[in-house]
Amino acid sequence: MSERKATIASRVGLHARPASIFAAAVGEQTTEVTIGLETDPAEDAMDASSILSLMSLGASNGDVVVLRAEGDGSDEVLEALVKILETDLDAE
Amino acid sequence: MQNFTGVGVSPGRIIGSVRQMPKPISEPPAGDRLDPSKSADEATGELRAAAKTVQAELQRRAEAATGASKSVLEATALMATDPMLIKAAVKLVATGTSTERAIWESGASVAEMLHNLGGYMAERATDVLDVRARIVAELRGVTAPGIPHSDVPFILVAEDLAPADTATLDPKKVLGLVTSGGGPQSHTAIIARALGLPAVVAAVGVDALADGTEVYVDGAAGTLQVGPGDEQRKAVEAWEHVAASLSVFDGNGATADGHLVPILANVGGAADAVKAAEAGAQGVGLLRTEFCFLERDTEPTIDEQVVAYRGVFDAFPGKKVVVRTLDAGADKPLPFLTDSTEPNPSLGVRGYRTDMTSPGVLKRQLTAIATAAEASSAVVWVMAPMIATVDEAADFAAMCRVAGLKTPGVMVEVPSAALRSASILTEAEFVSLGTNDLTQYAMAADRQLGTLAALNSPWQPAVLQLIQLTVAGSIAEGHNKPVGVCGEAAADPVLAVVLVGLGVATLSMTSRSMSAVGAVLKSVTLEEAQGLAELALSARNADEARTRVRAGLPILEELGL
Repeated sequence: MSERKATIASRVGLHARPASIFAAAVGEQTTEVTIGLETDPAEDAMDASSILSLMSLGASNGDVVVLRAEGDGSDEVLEALVKILETDLDAE
Repeated sequence: MQNFTGVGVSPGRIIGSVRQMPKPISEPPAGDRLDPSKSADEATGELRAAAKTVQAELQRRAEAATGASKSVLEATALMATDPMLIKAAVKLVATGTSTERAIWESGASVAEMLHNLGGYMAERATDVLDVRARIVAELRGVTAPGIPHSDVPFILVAEDLAPADTATLDPKKVLGLVTSGGGPQSHTAIIARALGLPAVVAAVGVDALADGTEVYVDGAAGTLQVGPGDEQRKAVEAWEHVAASLSVFDGNGATADGHLVPILANVGGAADAVKAAEAGAQGVGLLRTEFCFLERDTEPTIDEQVVAYRGVFDAFPGKKVVVRTLDAGADKPLPFLTDSTEPNPSLGVRGYRTDMTSPGVLKRQLTAIATAAEASSAVVWVMAPMIATVDEAADFAAMCRVAGLKTPGVMVEVPSAALRSASILTEAEFVSLGTNDLTQYAMAADRQLGTLAALNSPWQPAVLQLIQLTVAGSIAEGHNKPVGVCGEAAADPVLAVVLVGLGVATLSMTSRSMSAVGAVLKSVTLEEAQGLAELALSARNADEARTRVRAGLPILEELGL
């Protein structure tokens, strides 16, 4: 089990556009990735490839989320996904 | 008089007749069971296929959409096959529930969850319900819900609009928007503002208005009145004057009869490009790459160029960006490329010709453009300046293909290229008329000499005839390859109408001119533009051409142009 923390950089939080960019990026991975708020228990984590899950997470700008994945190469996958979350996607 | 009050979200006063959105897809009855002849696996397969179809359709619409509606549609498209939505439905199907009922219930619980989150998320609940209705429509084999068709413009009344609806909304048909639901952050509000349509949301009771009812809508006050009188008609008139003077480009270049003429921007760098995109440019018709090269003693590296081009491409995701390769020489000398001792620099080694004296610079630039294009979603076309012969066009096209650039074109600014456009277009995929240089060369009048300003007018019938010949060449070539204009002529709203009448496919200009050009273009039909072009072509001189065309465009006075 790999785990990475990321701070949401998008000004509006993990909402429609940033959420769709992130969900699409997770969808391209073969590894299953979950996402949860740092303050929530690990078993409440949700499917990170689901835009609806991401939106229901309600993560705002500055919130810390935890990404989790299992299996080969999951470290690299999480590393790349953390970068996306830590970019201000609204600015692009 | 019956009045309704809601929240005004986009200003404007209009009178028009009501058209209600079609009734939404009806709810599949509770407890609706799966057809016993069908296995749960088969049914799940159908459900997933329907979701995929809906996603593809929404994605297709997203590609055609721009700005705010595009990103919303992209998010909605993702929802259609979202694991959260589909997995819950698949579970229900496995217990024997019909596919329609399963997606219905699954959509309802997702929408409820978003609704309970409140604020922005609550307003996204509409998107989920829209996706659900589309999937049910797909499963039933019926048409998806959408905006009604009408030959006359109307005021669209709905419960609320979903992104899929708003993206297909034709601002030429819809005069204004009134919804019984929705809020100031709803799609209805976002889209209305983007399109400059008067809109009122949360006007309870408007769903009961019959189709065809004449109403007055005030998008600033947030009111709707049935059976408007003189007072309201005066208010509409007054608004029309204000709106005209405030007019911003709506991002849709077209004639009154809907002949599309994309209005693109001329830009010289990333900051320019961002501004142009904000102003509604439908793409970039001329990216002057000199900005990378000017005020330098040495050639910029490929990496430096890639970064500079990316900045522009990223401002126009999914849209056309026409890059002009380095146009050094004459009024734009570069120490490492051009010879400042030439006696006649306008007729010297400039534009594409610098590849003869400094081979490699162009090749490296094309590599940089291709690299930047690959990493971006902009549709990148590339063109060479100062092409005079078909052999030059062929050589340039070959260099582009080697670099991996699929859409090579050339500028038509040397009269020989205008005369030989049919043959040049067998090698190039498009041409773009640089009317400034074309005029200077056709009239043999230096652009920089004030004394010759009268000769240097793109209204000169000879210049117009060269433009006409260029279009005729494209028609003769037979593959409908586009002829655009990226010179100052396109920024003149009066001349722009003539250019469209002559058969020019796109107009590219400074972004400030887009709203005026767009507004004047919308006031004429293609046939009228063709008539005005004929009048200009047959004029005795530039002044007469201009006077004749102005007389045929009453909107100029209204707009104060």
